[in-house]
Amino acid sequence: MSATQQAVKRAKYKTTVKDPGTPGVIKLTLEKLIFKPNDPTSKNKLEVDFRLIKSHKHTKEGSNKPPWLNLVHSQGSYIFEFESFPDLHICRELVGIALSKHVETTKVVSDEQLSSSEMTLRIKLLQENSKLQKLHKELVASGKLTESEFWATKKKLLDQDESRKLKQRIGFKNSLIFDTKPTSDGRINQVKFQLTPEIKYQIFALKPAVHQAFLNFVPSKMSEVDFWNKYFKAEYIHSTKNTIAAAAEAAEDEDLAVFLKDDEILENEARKKVRRVDPTLDMEADQGDDYTHLPDHGIFRDGSKETSEAQNTLYRRTLLQDLNRQSEVVLEGKTLDIDMEHPRTVAEVLARRKQESDGVIEEERRNRISKMAQIEDLQAQDDHPFAPLSIKDPRDYFDSQQANAVKTLDDSLAGKKLRCNLSSEQVYGSLRESISNIKTNGLKHPLLSPEVAFKVLSGLTKNISSTKSNLGKSSQESVLDILPNTIKEKLLDHWVCSQELLRHFWSSYPVTTQSLVNKARRLNDAITQINSKLEEIKVSAQSDLRHQVSLVVHPMQQALHAALVHYDADDKKRTAKGPKPNGYV
Amino acid sequence: MASAPSKHYTDDISLLVVTLDTNPFFWSTFSFHFSDFLSQVLAFLNSILLLGQLNQVVVIATGCNSCSYIYDSSSDRNHASTNGTMPALYSNLLHNLDEFAAKDHQFTTDHKPPTVPSSLLSGALSMALCYIQRAFRAGPMHPQPRILCLHGSTDGPEQYVAIMNAIFSAQHSSVPVDSCYIGSNNSAFLQQASYITGGIYYRPPQLEGLFQYLSTVFATDLHSREYLRLPKSLGVDFRASCFCHKQTIDMGYVCSVCLSIFCEHHDKCSTCSSVFGQAQSDVASADSRKRKAS
Repeated sequence: MSATQQAVKRAKYKTTVKDPGTPGVIKLTLEKLIFKPNDPTSKNKLEVDFRLIKSHKHTKEGSNKPPWLNLVHSQGSYIFEFESFPDLHICRELVGIALSKHVETTKVVSDEQLSSSEMTLRIKLLQENSKLQKLHKELVASGKLTESEFWATKKKLLDQDESRKLKQRIGFKNSLIFDTKPTSDGRINQVKFQLTPEIKYQIFALKPAVHQAFLNFVPSKMSEVDFWNKYFKAEYIHSTKNTIAAAAEAAEDEDLAVFLKDDEILENEARKKVRRVDPTLDMEADQGDDYTHLPDHGIFRDGSKETSEAQNTLYRRTLLQDLNRQSEVVLEGKTLDIDMEHPRTVAEVLARRKQESDGVIEEERRNRISKMAQIEDLQAQDDHPFAPLSIKDPRDYFDSQQANAVKTLDDSLAGKKLRCNLSSEQVYGSLRESISNIKTNGLKHPLLSPEVAFKVLSGLTKNISSTKSNLGKSSQESVLDILPNTIKEKLLDHWVCSQELLRHFWSSYPVTTQSLVNKARRLNDAITQINSKLEEIKVSAQSDLRHQVSLVVHPMQQALHAALVHYDADDKKRTAKGPKPNGYV
Repeated sequence: MASAPSKHYTDDISLLVVTLDTNPFFWSTFSFHFSDFLSQVLAFLNSILLLGQLNQVVVIATGCNSCSYIYDSSSDRNHASTNGTMPALYSNLLHNLDEFAAKDHQFTTDHKPPTVPSSLLSGALSMALCYIQRAFRAGPMHPQPRILCLHGSTDGPEQYVAIMNAIFSAQHSSVPVDSCYIGSNNSAFLQQASYITGGIYYRPPQLEGLFQYLSTVFATDLHSREYLRLPKSLGVDFRASCFCHKQTIDMGYVCSVCLSIFCEHHDKCSTCSSVFGQAQSDVASADSRKRKAS
């Protein structure tokens, strides 16, 4: 019955059952009820908000009692006697609707303690995702689902958000080498270097030998300033590519020598790497940062051994080596969260980190190798007898099963059994008569009328071009696009909502506790609501769209209907008396 | 099921084996008259022969007690009618049909009126398949066979096993079984037959236009069917009949060795004699409940 927002009826108002009642007019809206007695001087006027009314009762039509409606509130009850039962029913329905709006539904007192960060996370998610917000409003605000239940299925979203904190780490700048270019003015014979803590950190990451030297020398042997001075002197010498000068300087100052010769630590690491024979190793790329091999693998092509160069080779450093080392460090991408101020601590932290990471790298390497040790073409062929995959068009199967889903058992069993009361003589006689009929008269002339033939032909071809086999065959068009926007939006909203509800509904079975019983009941009501809304949409669609709309709505309704049927069946089973297996409540 | 693949040789020459339902009990109670039906079918058969010189038509009559071949277009025993009014096809067919009806009548056993006995579809299908096998063995060049069942009477569940065997052997030989069912409710057996073998099942809604249905839907040969969109069956009734009582059942017991279906619990399978295990716990708990109550 369409919900009229108000009702105005004649009624008598009684405070108790025995009271004869004051005749008057009762006006009911969804918010309150107003009773005006016919007699303007009477004091029995009433204006009550439905919020104060707890429940309502009424007399049954079949009993001998007059039509009474009893509205119970905290201090007593208001009894209204109506003129007829239909009046009573109308008012009763309205009261029911009004009360259900105001009654606190089985309340969503969420007993989970949410931390404030959780709450902010949820609010943020709702703000960002408008669809989620709509769904949340629809389901939780109207009391169909509790907050905890709603978010229980959205765990993936919540987790994803958490991990957003570990955002991208800022890696090294790719200009490590060039950061330390000095500024110089042509006049003074001085070269200035800019040093920031970050640059220091980069240098330590790039050159482990310098790092080691720093840990060893500062502050025991020299001050930091001196250390950096020496380091940059070495850098300057390198940049001039004067190996002989480098050798000379190295011979003079042993500290400087540390910076000038090759990085031993790097050498060791590289040696380890080469020995690993990792099948995933790219030997070609490694040649560039290979500190251990002599050029041309030690074979001197012109036959002479250049031993004099041996010493000087130590001081040669190629750009390739620098670039490779830098890219290695950048890709490792270790950032430091600590304060960059004190270079000593920086160095120590870096040293510690390296030790830890070594262990991790070892393990990773072992895992990787265990997975990759089998080189595929060297494996023996395994002949598994495979059955060839036969992919059938799924539409064939589903189309052919559609009618089955709807058919009931009684369809052809109880179908009209043909009854024949004639004897076999009569029957055979009539058959032979028909045969001889044709023999004498020939075939029926005309065989069939052209109208009938045309009807048959158009019937057959109509089936061919029905939407059922056309829909979904071309990728561009879909049923939803044919529908106008409002209907489409509504249908999509209902779809999302009903999916969510169904998910919660089916997850609450089997029903073992009382809370699940309540939840199932709540969801059942919500599902009936959506079902009726869908029905409304279907009915109110325009005539030319009605078929498409019903096609789209049909599977949704089927799913909802299945849920409702299941609820009813389960409910009956639960309320049925008798001992139950499995400890059901 | 995908439609049956067409063979390489003579791609559009067909051998059509028609099983014609001549159950007199059915026809006497049916609204459509047998002579109208027969005239439309005869015209259809003639048109099949007109479609190609090498086309062959074989007609098998399905009676209540027996089945028999009543027409074979490739046999040389066809002769024109005595007064020349009808082509050989008609006169021969009608003559043979008449003889068949008389013979069938002689085999009649007492049936319990008012039930209508079912036609021997299983027998007709078997005879059709035998003929087709003979055609296969005739040589490398042979027309593509298919079976068309013009059927009206209801299914006899006692024939379930035989019909399923015939269907599976048709499937194995890639012979599609088309069904034109003219009865009131759909026939589960014919639906299954067409589904499994890749044929067409169609129940014409208007029987006055039967010839139009036959020539539009059932006249095309297997090769041309790939290019046509023929009516698709909406659903197939896959229900089986039990082996013990021959009743159609929805749920039952299946022997895990030979897959025979029973409607109630047995100790031993009647087909393969394998012994079944203990009954399920429903029975046990029912007993225990009874014991508790008493």
